[in-house]
Amino acid sequence: MLKRLFTLVPAAVAAMFSGAGAALAEGVVAKSTPWQMWLQEPMSPSAEMVHDLNVLLMWIEVAIVIFVLAIMAYVMVRFSEKNNPTPSKTTHHTGLEVAWTAIPILILVAIAIPSLKTLYFADHTPDADMTLKVKGNQWYWSYGYPDHGDFEFDSVYVPEEELKPGQPRLLTVDTPVVLPVDTNIRLLLTSNDVIHNWAIPSLAVKLDTTPGRTNETWTRINKPGDYYGMCSELCGVNHGFMPIHIKAVSKEEFAKWVVGAKEEYASNDTDKQPVRLAKAQVR
Amino acid sequence: MAHAEAHHDDHHHPGFFTRWFCSTNHKDIGTLYLWVAMFAAIVGGLMSWYIRAELAEPGLQLISNDAEGKQFYNVLVTGHGFIMVFFVVMPAMIGGFGNWFVPLMIGAPDMAFPRMNNISFWLLAAGFALLLTAAFIDGGPGTGWTVYPPLSSIDFHPGRAVDFGILSLHVAGASSILGAINFIVTIFNMRAPGMTIHRMPLFVWAILVTAFLLLLALPVLAGGLTMLLTDRNFGTAFFNPAEGGDPVLWQHLFWFFGHPEVYIIIIPAFGIISQIVSTFSKKPVFGYLGMAYAMAAIGVVGFVVWAHHMYTIGFNVDTRAYFTAATMVIAVPTGVKIFSWLATMWGGSIKFEVPMMYALAFIFLFVVGGVTGVTLANASADLVFHDTYYVVAHFHYVMGLAAILAMFAGWYYWIGKMTGRRYPEGLARVQFWFFVIGVNVLFFPQHFSGLAGMPRRIPDYPDAYAPFNYISSVGALITAIGTLLFFVVLWRTYTSSEKVEANQWGEGATTLEWTVASPAPWHTHEELPDMTGKAPAE
Repeated sequence: MLKRLFTLVPAAVAAMFSGAGAALAEGVVAKSTPWQMWLQEPMSPSAEMVHDLNVLLMWIEVAIVIFVLAIMAYVMVRFSEKNNPTPSKTTHHTGLEVAWTAIPILILVAIAIPSLKTLYFADHTPDADMTLKVKGNQWYWSYGYPDHGDFEFDSVYVPEEELKPGQPRLLTVDTPVVLPVDTNIRLLLTSNDVIHNWAIPSLAVKLDTTPGRTNETWTRINKPGDYYGMCSELCGVNHGFMPIHIKAVSKEEFAKWVVGAKEEYASNDTDKQPVRLAKAQVR
Repeated sequence: MAHAEAHHDDHHHPGFFTRWFCSTNHKDIGTLYLWVAMFAAIVGGLMSWYIRAELAEPGLQLISNDAEGKQFYNVLVTGHGFIMVFFVVMPAMIGGFGNWFVPLMIGAPDMAFPRMNNISFWLLAAGFALLLTAAFIDGGPGTGWTVYPPLSSIDFHPGRAVDFGILSLHVAGASSILGAINFIVTIFNMRAPGMTIHRMPLFVWAILVTAFLLLLALPVLAGGLTMLLTDRNFGTAFFNPAEGGDPVLWQHLFWFFGHPEVYIIIIPAFGIISQIVSTFSKKPVFGYLGMAYAMAAIGVVGFVVWAHHMYTIGFNVDTRAYFTAATMVIAVPTGVKIFSWLATMWGGSIKFEVPMMYALAFIFLFVVGGVTGVTLANASADLVFHDTYYVVAHFHYVMGLAAILAMFAGWYYWIGKMTGRRYPEGLARVQFWFFVIGVNVLFFPQHFSGLAGMPRRIPDYPDAYAPFNYISSVGALITAIGTLLFFVVLWRTYTSSEKVEANQWGEGATTLEWTVASPAPWHTHEELPDMTGKAPAE
């Protein structure tokens, strides 16, 4: 275990504040790297805004914590029993009380402005170029392409024993969802059983999939590559074992893939839910 | 705890069963609550240490790689949450310290309804037994403390585990509602002459605000729980979309209770810290009215922010904007409190006794937890934080660090009054450092795991999350040692021959409990103290 840690450290120091990791031949690999201390590299317009908001928040919050720590350190030394044997009797100071009410309000307003801008941008679907349907199941995802022939397929977790070399543990699926870059994609999410949550940190997408309800959001992937996420709502025993893998490709490659996929998945009716290893486990 | 030698009335000397099972004495009932809280802390702690042991390394080491093992992990996560919230922090602060010190501080001989006080305690004990039962039958409830349907519905959790969990919460909720009524009536009606509401100690204010939160929030939980119970067993479809229901309805009901609940957890802690900071700075609390009404404001605003726990369920964007703004508002009264504590210490004459060390740690670490709460308040930021370890780090900083530190602070502050004995000074300081260092090593790295995208409630994680998980687990080990040391301190205190005086802490301890003997006699304030013309007892 320690050995594993020490081999990770050199690579980690370099990678500590980055998120995307080494770019493979086909494009970015958007998942966490070891020792990562910050958000994954933003790879969508929404993610860029969320990322910038978090940088602002972090600086404000670090400043507040340091400010309080500094006052505490000063007080603990200057007003210790030894250094100040006679306590004062001051219990009021209107100016101070107004200041420490008004200044936090101003800080919160300064946060709220970019925060709400980001919220409305990430929610609102501008003209969508295509739609992806996402269905949560215990314990795998199903994807549908209503604008491209309405075919559907399942994307199932690949257990450790079946991984090929280079495939990340707990993040690999048998069939990644293929999407084009530079395209506004409307996402429609629902579930076939319990509540799940479809989340891709590098795209700043995270939305519950709830039975009986269709949730909508959008994304736009900046660069080709592999984008990973994990189910983000407790959904039973294999909640940690239903990852999301998006393969983002150029628009031309996507068009070619659609032709092949239409044929391959035409006969699929994922609502019939073929028996999967994951589903064979009760609960 | 009032010992036999503190009894001054021989003619109604109750036997053991009467005294401890049929109590109508606020001190004895407070003692019972504290013992249950400590026992539950061990159970909840063992669950968390098991979880951290599993998460120390990637892969599954302790739980089996099958449905049974993974369900067990989810049951541990669920049990840990329920136990710490409902059977450790609430019983210790409200049932324990509240019962012991509210009557003492307001000059009342006991609570307004001493027998109802007893039933509150025994309902709590029953609730705890029911929860432990739930964990051991039919696979246990692997739903998280949030119990969301459909996962908690009969289709996905067949058997009786969730039903026993529901019953446990109904019973514990009833315990707290009755207790809340007791505190409100006591505080409104039984303050000593001259102790107006704006002269009572801030700890009493804290319990009063908390009691109102309990009274108004718990019935909503009870309603939701009943609906889940009937969905599971009697054919209703409140949360079943196939028959016209909506799983999201549960979330609204649960979180309408759930958010005030976290203020129920922390506001008593605020009260304890105010007492301790004032005592060991030898100064009255700065801005008494601001402090009292800040707690009230936090309580009131806390009722209209619940959906910040639901930002990713898909509700409309304007509503998310409202909840973002409303949640951030709470930072203002909270900031008033932090700055007021600092202003209390400013100009004071500070003695760094162990309770004060804990209070100082509380102030700093609560600020750390509070600022991550400001991040999470933003619905847009939540897109990358919801259901990640960033949230886990946040709520453990404010609850697992701050609230627990306030409980230790209260214990060290008041144990002399409760038992008449002195805690071992050197060992107490060692215990402080082990625990405070331990919980920081445990939870600080979890911010990084969450930022990097690690989800909650998973028994295994992608390899990239390994380093900070390992460090976090080491922190759990240090915390476990700190916890063990606390029980050694407790034992050494009980067996110590060093007695303490009535006022152990000197001129800074100005509230009424320091005017009675240590240990406090079984009956106190049988003659009401006259507080007319006295300064605000802070």
